[in-house]
Amino acid sequence: MSIKVSMNVNGKPVSAEVEPRTLLVQYLREHLGLTGTHVGCDTSQCGCCNVHLNGEAIKSCTIFAVQCEGQDVTTIEGLAEEDGTLHPMQQAFWEHHGLQCGFCTPGMVMVGCDIARRLPDADEKTIRHELEGNICRCTGYQHIVEAIESGIKAMNAKG
Amino acid sequence: MYEFNYHRPKNLDEAASTVKDADDGKILAGGMTLIPSMKLRLAGPSDLVDLAEVEGLRGITVDGGSVTIGAMTRHFDVHSSADVQKAIPALAELAAGIGDPSVRHRGTLGGSIANADPAADYPAAVLGLDSTVKTNSREIAADDFFTGLFETALEEGEIITAVSFKVPDAAAYMKFPQPASGFAMVGAFVAKYGGDVRVAVTGAKDHAFRVPEMEQALGANFSPDAIADIVLGEEDMLSDIHCSADYRAHLVTVMAKRAVAKAAG
Repeated sequence: MSIKVSMNVNGKPVSAEVEPRTLLVQYLREHLGLTGTHVGCDTSQCGCCNVHLNGEAIKSCTIFAVQCEGQDVTTIEGLAEEDGTLHPMQQAFWEHHGLQCGFCTPGMVMVGCDIARRLPDADEKTIRHELEGNICRCTGYQHIVEAIESGIKAMNAKG
Repeated sequence: MYEFNYHRPKNLDEAASTVKDADDGKILAGGMTLIPSMKLRLAGPSDLVDLAEVEGLRGITVDGGSVTIGAMTRHFDVHSSADVQKAIPALAELAAGIGDPSVRHRGTLGGSIANADPAADYPAAVLGLDSTVKTNSREIAADDFFTGLFETALEEGEIITAVSFKVPDAAAYMKFPQPASGFAMVGAFVAKYGGDVRVAVTGAKDHAFRVPEMEQALGANFSPDAIADIVLGEEDMLSDIHCSADYRAHLVTVMAKRAVAKAAG
């Protein structure tokens, strides 16, 4: 049984016939070709698959595409501006070298933006706590936390 | 993952009849346990009935002595609610400690207690705060709700609509989290209502339970010392690679003492 699903991904309306068991992350990667969202664990623990659903960070491996009917999804591909100018959080990851292999980075950046939205005054301790659902197996947390701290300041300054 | 049929009803009656009529129907709330279980093929329902668009299942109401929370209200909404933070701060704190931020953006109160994971946090609050579980057909007292490992008093096709928590004079929840999963190895919820005290424990046995001997001792003397010597037997305690039965029994006393200290402080 396939079901038609329509949603907005990175500001553009998309729709497709999908099986109900199609996860959002599969829809993004395999149907839309948006492979920036990664699958690290498949058990809802690693956080690599974080995207924004109606502006809030969620794990796209733990939601069916059909549950996103009519909703707004933003992926890592949707953060930078059209001309390639990086989002302040992406820029901060670059400047602070907030990555080693890069696999966890899309999830870290999406969650970093979510922290900035909810907790614009987050300090280092808060950021570390908020990253509970994101795993970096290069263990590059030091730079990731510094990047998010700086990214939050840049996002606050931009308003 | 096995195939399934997906339904998104608009009202409770339709949801209840759809899940009842299916071969092996399951309610989908936030999906934070159900979807991972389905991915591992530990669950393979024939039909999923998504409650996302059923009206009246979300929201928080404070009414005199109780806080009523809709079943589809997310952990994030509970912990960030100024009303809950004011009326029952221990409940807001408990919700803030479930899973991680992205999980709290999806996971729901109703889903958590219907699943009745032995290590989930909410069952301790539901029992500790002398709650009433409201469903589409009746009201169930918290003391009658949790019946076994992933087992509740819910009947086939019965859907939780809300939980009503009694506002205590003081309360606190302390858990010893499993370091990798964050689930409660043992969690203790202590709530004081005048001279009556409720102590509810999660993570230690196959379902959340109260500890009458601690409640009695705390009723006479609401201090950690009053329960320092009360250690539960090992016989019904869960035991696994992370935590033996005797260690869990020990943790029950430690967590309950910490909760009392926090509630009293």
